[in-house]
Amino acid sequence: MIAGGLLVICLAASIGVSQKVDWERGDVTLQDVLYIPSPNTVKHLSLGYNGLLADIYWTRAVQYFGSKHHEHSLNYKLLAPLLDITTTLDPHLITAYEFGSIFLSQKPPEGAGDPHAAVRLVGRGIRENPKDWRLWYHLGFIYWQELHDPKTASECFLRGSEVPGALPWMKVMAAALAQNAGEAETARYLWTNILNSTTDKDIRANAEKRLIALRADEEVTILQEYVDRFQKAKGHAPESWMEMIQAGMLRRIPIDPVGYPYQLVNGRVQVARPDLLPFITKGLPAGKQSTVMPKIS
Amino acid sequence: MIGRLWAIAYSTFREAVRDRVLYNLIVFALLIVGAALLVGQISIGIERLVLVNLGLTSISLFGIVIAIFIGIGLVSKEIEKRTLYTVLAARPVRRWEFIIGKFLGLVGTLAVNAFFMSIGFFAALLYLTHRFQRADANLLVAIYFILLQFVLITSLALFFSTFSSPLLSAVFAFSLFVIGTFADDMRGFAKLTEGGTKWVMTGISYLVPNFSSLNVISQVAHSVPVPGHLVLLNTLYVLVYAVAVNCAAVLVFEKRNLK
Repeated sequence: MIAGGLLVICLAASIGVSQKVDWERGDVTLQDVLYIPSPNTVKHLSLGYNGLLADIYWTRAVQYFGSKHHEHSLNYKLLAPLLDITTTLDPHLITAYEFGSIFLSQKPPEGAGDPHAAVRLVGRGIRENPKDWRLWYHLGFIYWQELHDPKTASECFLRGSEVPGALPWMKVMAAALAQNAGEAETARYLWTNILNSTTDKDIRANAEKRLIALRADEEVTILQEYVDRFQKAKGHAPESWMEMIQAGMLRRIPIDPVGYPYQLVNGRVQVARPDLLPFITKGLPAGKQSTVMPKIS
Repeated sequence: MIGRLWAIAYSTFREAVRDRVLYNLIVFALLIVGAALLVGQISIGIERLVLVNLGLTSISLFGIVIAIFIGIGLVSKEIEKRTLYTVLAARPVRRWEFIIGKFLGLVGTLAVNAFFMSIGFFAALLYLTHRFQRADANLLVAIYFILLQFVLITSLALFFSTFSSPLLSAVFAFSLFVIGTFADDMRGFAKLTEGGTKWVMTGISYLVPNFSSLNVISQVAHSVPVPGHLVLLNTLYVLVYAVAVNCAAVLVFEKRNLK
């Protein structure tokens, strides 16, 4: 009886103390998360069961990314090492290359903001899996969208189109990028492709946000043209949308894709809630940075 | 002879069951069901992969641990309980029949264990993927290779059991298992060396049991088939190696003074 009661009390106490210890420890160190930082050492220690260990490290990488993303962290320093270990343990884990490159290349707080690490990761994936054309697609995407290098991106799409089984639009993309087609249209085409080809809800959500951001960028551009036209005609910037509606330049107050009215601040069109539109490049309040890297002219 | 071998093998199997060895199936079942249900929620894109890797690794590791921990006591326990004298003298069972019977009994236990685990594994896979694919047939090859691993490790554990204490037998058997997973690396290292070191390393790399060639879990998890000639060659390798180790066990046991 006494032993039973003591058992229950001590178990409950151990949970409470354990929670306090976790709280005191705070963020885990690099050594704690990785256990062993050398990918080759991990592979040797796996005793041949490297497939399962790769799955564990991949899950760890996903959990790490998820928790950092949730905290809106600007520091994802463990992401590249975790992906390195994952792909060393299982070089054929295509998922790690595909999604890992997205996690690495997007700018903080949406990702690690390290497109060069993403290029290295996908490059390794291509060497280990030469028959997988989708990796060329991801490489081309990084060069085009994150590194703003349409020439190299076009070469990637072209190389990928030559892999047996590649879908026909890879050649289309190679041609469009080579000719420097309108970037918004190409981006919309790519993200729509991703949205339609994946069943993973997180990747779909990311693609939807990208498409919404593209729409917002276009609307801000058009609205800003109207505002500039108003200023040219009246000699001063409009102070509100009502002024422009009364002038017959707009029919109603413009609403952004997430349902908030666009704002007019000192003659500039801005979005009301930039935190709900993480990938826009236009309409940002002064001082707020875009999470998509600026164009390199 | 066959009757005596069967009797020893069957009693070894019954003893293992009496030792509640098959309870490990419950742990396995919980692991697999948990993986099938939870992995999709905490990771991306690898549900089937995790189930296959976890399932096959569990079948392999559970079996190897059971093989070692039961195998190391196969002879020493009988000596300790003094039942060995009854078996050898009163029955009468020849010493080599005793060794081979024990070997067959433990391999049979492991095969039954693996069989039930495989059923659970395929049930979980069917639950996850809703139907089997052609590539899933490769999983059967991986399970067959795991059974070959069991044959190797059982022969080693039994060999050590003929002359060593259970603790040392466990250490030796496990060490050989670990070293055997590095057999490919050792051969690679031997190629880089010269002179005497090369010969020694090459000799050792071929002497240790080659567990690395029997682990095709990663390969089948990615639906890459195992060539038929490799299946035949590995079967032949395990057969000759196990026969060699069992012969060594018999030789040691024949010479052993049981009094």
